[in-house]
Amino acid sequence: MLTIATGNRAVADAVKAAKPGVIAAYPITPQTEIVEQIAEYVTAGDLDSRYIPVESEHSAMAACIGASVGGVRTFTATSSHGLLYMHEMVHWAAGARLPIVMANVNRALGPGWNTWAEHTDAFSQRDTGWLQVFVGTVQEAYDATLMAFKIAEDERVLLPVMVNLDGFTLSHITQSLDTVELGDFLPPFRLPHAIDTSNPLGYGPMTGPADYFRFRWDIERSMRDARGVITEVEREFAERFGRSYGPTEEYRCEDADVVVVAMGTLGKEAEVAIDRLRDEGVRAGSMRLRWFRPFPDLDLSGRDVVVIDRDYSFGFGGVVAHSLKSKTGIEPYSVIAGLGGQEVTYNDIADFVRNRHPGKEMWFGVSDHV
Amino acid sequence: MSAIPKEEYLYKCTSACAGCSSSLCLRYVLKAAGPDSVLVVPACCTSVIQGIYPGTAMNVPVYNVAFAAAAACASGMSEAFAALGRETNVIVYAGDGGTVDIGIQALSGAFERGTNFLYICYDNEAYGNTGMQRSGATPLGARTTTTPGGKPTTKKDLDRIVEAHNPPYMATACSAYPLDLYKKVQKALSIEGPKFIHILAPCPPGWRYPTEKTVEMGKLAVKTGTWILYEREFGKLAISGPSKAAMKRPAPLEDYIRGQGRFKNLSPETLDLMRQQVQQNIQRLSREEAGVC
Repeated sequence: MLTIATGNRAVADAVKAAKPGVIAAYPITPQTEIVEQIAEYVTAGDLDSRYIPVESEHSAMAACIGASVGGVRTFTATSSHGLLYMHEMVHWAAGARLPIVMANVNRALGPGWNTWAEHTDAFSQRDTGWLQVFVGTVQEAYDATLMAFKIAEDERVLLPVMVNLDGFTLSHITQSLDTVELGDFLPPFRLPHAIDTSNPLGYGPMTGPADYFRFRWDIERSMRDARGVITEVEREFAERFGRSYGPTEEYRCEDADVVVVAMGTLGKEAEVAIDRLRDEGVRAGSMRLRWFRPFPDLDLSGRDVVVIDRDYSFGFGGVVAHSLKSKTGIEPYSVIAGLGGQEVTYNDIADFVRNRHPGKEMWFGVSDHV
Repeated sequence: MSAIPKEEYLYKCTSACAGCSSSLCLRYVLKAAGPDSVLVVPACCTSVIQGIYPGTAMNVPVYNVAFAAAAACASGMSEAFAALGRETNVIVYAGDGGTVDIGIQALSGAFERGTNFLYICYDNEAYGNTGMQRSGATPLGARTTTTPGGKPTTKKDLDRIVEAHNPPYMATACSAYPLDLYKKVQKALSIEGPKFIHILAPCPPGWRYPTEKTVEMGKLAVKTGTWILYEREFGKLAISGPSKAAMKRPAPLEDYIRGQGRFKNLSPETLDLMRQQVQQNIQRLSREEAGVC
């Protein structure tokens, strides 16, 4: 059904379609509309889920863990400080191999208080064993949330999935949304290690180095297998519902001499910049990185690359720029932009391309090439 | 004792310390709860004594979870079982540190939300499995590895905190009175909503008394009125049998203190304060039971 919605509403509507057995959530700006809308659906009887209004994000993830191992589909949503507050349980969810889906509305971290878009919150959870996807449109927020359940619950994966959408620039903006009749796209929830009192198991007891190490490898093996599962699920989604996605979204890249790599809404903004540059005769393209974990293989050989990082790893560099460099060997022009919700227009992005210095780093509006 | 089932849900040969009263309690808790039960265990002695993967000393599923997370994890599990139409008992078995300190936020939240579960705190009055550091439940004057001069402040009154949430059922118990504990667990599990049982669990290495004295130490805690056994069902207080006599004529506090290395070299002032606390607690609960508030 064609409608209009915010990014947050799109996530809530996807959750309504996925019908989790338990939703546990704690409100935080700019995620609030997701948990409010879901509460409305549950109260009105439009969504038959148990809604746990927990007292903290740590408890939100703990409740999702208990519910998931109890044998039902689970969802939560958070942002920024909320994500960091649940950090311990974010690790636990992946280590316990629970297919929890969480929407994270990307937001900067204090101090000072700043509720605007930034990706540092999600990247701080980079090594937890969660799959992470970043979306760029309202429609994609909806589609990716639906697919997240199917990917997470696949027995070859059994890892949690974080769906990331930019605070305000996507969570609160309105675009068209085509909701779907899900049919049997999502099979009934089945967790092989769900709690069964007729088969009493010890979950997560003291574990010696040999077994512990093997469990870590199992996570990595599933993370590698997840690439194929993601492709399968995205292909099935395209066949059923007509919208196709991949590990990256490329725009006018085929013959490009220079490619802008960005994530989230800045990746969509880059497409407008590419059109401007093409009008000037610059053979530019853009590549929006959708999946961050597992990190995709990127084919960028022979091109100049401009990476826009809406994040920073202090004492090291832009997280995406350095991930790309280590995976491809390419020295990109690393632009740090949009921190704390800094406005970055398509004209700015076109300027990044025009004034690029491969191998250099630039803090947009703050510090020249360093 | 004949009513207590013979089935064992906590096997022999756990890695508990000799004289461990909390594992004795767990044995009776599980006998009362029966096989359709799940234990949720945060970091505590019970995380260790259940054994090392892939072995387990438990004959019910045990979900081990992070220190602060037990009550919240149990909330999710309880709701999942409700969604699936299952009536499995969800029981948190947590130490005092995981309850009165790091886990109190999750505990409070779960009780405020009316979660259908039983939360049991076994209280050995310190962080036991990490080597007896002080917790909020450590009593005044007790020496721990982080209060080598004796704890300068009093024990946090967990029961009054829980009581403020108006749970349908809460009780205190002690490892030295297993039948009393067994009945309280059974009653708790027959009631819908958030239930709470606070067990005093004497700890030989932590409290520094000989292992064979573990039952005696629990009895002395009750007989001196230091630990009062009661139930609070839908708000109504009922003092349990063993404490009724003790509250009328408590044994001298020294009988309980003397045998414990952690109370060695207590100053007369501290001992006096401890006596006052015991008296105040006895008076408060006696008045409440008599309807004089």
